[in-house]
Amino acid sequence: MSIDHATVRRIARLARLSVDDAHLEKLAGELDGVLQLAGELASADVEGVEPLAHPHEQALAMRDDAVTESNRADAFLALAPESRGGLYLVPKVIE
Amino acid sequence: MAPRSIAQLAQDLRARRVSARELAEQSLAAARAWSGLNAFITLDESAAERAMMNIEHDASVLTGIPFAHKDIFCTHGIRTTCASRMLEHFVPPYDATVVRKLAAAGAVSIGKTNMDEFAMGSSNENSFFGPVKNPWDSTRVPGGSSGGSAAAVAAGIVPFATGTDTGGSIRQPAAFCGVTGLKPTYGRVSRWGMIAFASSLDCGGVIARSAEDCAHVFAAMAGHDPRDATSADRDIEDYIGALSTTLKGIRIGIARNYFGAGVENGVASAVHESLRELEKSGAVLVDIDLPNAALAIPAYYVIAPAEASSNLARYDGVRYGYRCADPASLDDLYTRSRSEAFGDEVKRRILVGTYALSAGYYDAFYLRAQKARRLIANDFAHAFKSVDLIAGPTTPTVAFKLGEKSDPLAMYAADVNTVAVNLAGLPAISLPSGFGENLPVGLQLIAPMFAEARLLNAGYQLQQSTDFHLRTPKVSHE
Repeated sequence: MSIDHATVRRIARLARLSVDDAHLEKLAGELDGVLQLAGELASADVEGVEPLAHPHEQALAMRDDAVTESNRADAFLALAPESRGGLYLVPKVIE
Repeated sequence: MAPRSIAQLAQDLRARRVSARELAEQSLAAARAWSGLNAFITLDESAAERAMMNIEHDASVLTGIPFAHKDIFCTHGIRTTCASRMLEHFVPPYDATVVRKLAAAGAVSIGKTNMDEFAMGSSNENSFFGPVKNPWDSTRVPGGSSGGSAAAVAAGIVPFATGTDTGGSIRQPAAFCGVTGLKPTYGRVSRWGMIAFASSLDCGGVIARSAEDCAHVFAAMAGHDPRDATSADRDIEDYIGALSTTLKGIRIGIARNYFGAGVENGVASAVHESLRELEKSGAVLVDIDLPNAALAIPAYYVIAPAEASSNLARYDGVRYGYRCADPASLDDLYTRSRSEAFGDEVKRRILVGTYALSAGYYDAFYLRAQKARRLIANDFAHAFKSVDLIAGPTTPTVAFKLGEKSDPLAMYAADVNTVAVNLAGLPAISLPSGFGENLPVGLQLIAPMFAEARLLNAGYQLQQSTDFHLRTPKVSHE
């Protein structure tokens, strides 16, 4: 499998990463290498094998439906690059 | 002089031969003397003040013992960077469970250790804060991703340091630096407040000089945490009490797959020598086969990036972390913040993971990797029907040179003996096992789920008849 420049751009767009033209060729080559490595899985006989997503396959842990955390909105908002009046600020989306 | 064990330091503290403040000051001074290693991202000079404590006779063995946290564990009020520009100025408003537990045991953190960015790497060269050097040879890597933790313990700066292991990030640097590294069973140590890389593989653990020291620290770190939904709800065991159990009759499977092509002769012979020591202690060595071992690297390098691409989607420049200057739009804010603040390896893995999870490729890559993961876990389960432990070299080679592995695939390939353990969620330990070309070699032992006591017991017994864990590199002031 070979990965073309358009595919690298599409994947980068999905991941919200920019790729400049100067690095496109090198990156495509590196991704191609990793995908060829992943391609070694093609030789595995996985017919009828159930996928394993997690080591324990345990049921999701449940807890009582009770308040356990105090309101620390100020402490968390203080980490934001920009916030005002208890809200996170981002560039205007709707004109 | 041989370095003091944690138990010996605890005795010194109780006998007033040394104070906790003096120990903290010694550690801070050693960190400065070894500053050329670049093992620390942040040193906490307040450690000496915090260490002014009364040590009662019934206090935890860790009370007053200095140590360091890998900079992946959130520390309240102390910046936690994950070695990324993304979190260069991030000061968490809370402590990770591991941080809280070790503080409650009285251990005194002197700072945060360097690592590969977001724990992605096997050489510590992927840090925004620069590479860490191996204290045995400053032209070589300490391993990664917990490279700063392993280097700090090897250099004698601290008796122990925390680490995390997603594909070998505790065991491989422990091997390269000649110290002991315990990767517990998945879910045995809480992941709460431990910055996520690949959530079904990430595991907190400890790097220390000896198996005995690891047992003391592990006992304080482990346990159920309701704040981590994947935390194992079962009691911890008497890890110290189990150390002295005889190895008579214990069956150790020698995985021939782990001695394959690419394993240096010096590494193989040093590991075989340690295995003979275990045999002298009564262990029975048997050959075993792990037929799907070759699938581990490809499966890991699909699953880990897939989970990383999902986990790292949270870094959007909005709630915390790096934000680009003057974003033109919301989309520009996301894209430029991420592109400017993530390093090359992190971007590479996000892209691979995004690809593997994208429409049309999910079945061929991600789902197929998960099926291979089951085969790998089944191999171990089958082997553990006839053996108690599985052994092999932790790494195929000794520490390689800084800059030697510029090709990402060459770096990935070197993880061949460690990643399968994470895919199966098993506990494993890397033990100092002699030297090859004057550089440390690690013996890896793997155990069934929750059998950490058996790993620590075997490590302790090996360290009764060998002294590799007590060897220390000379300080170099460069």
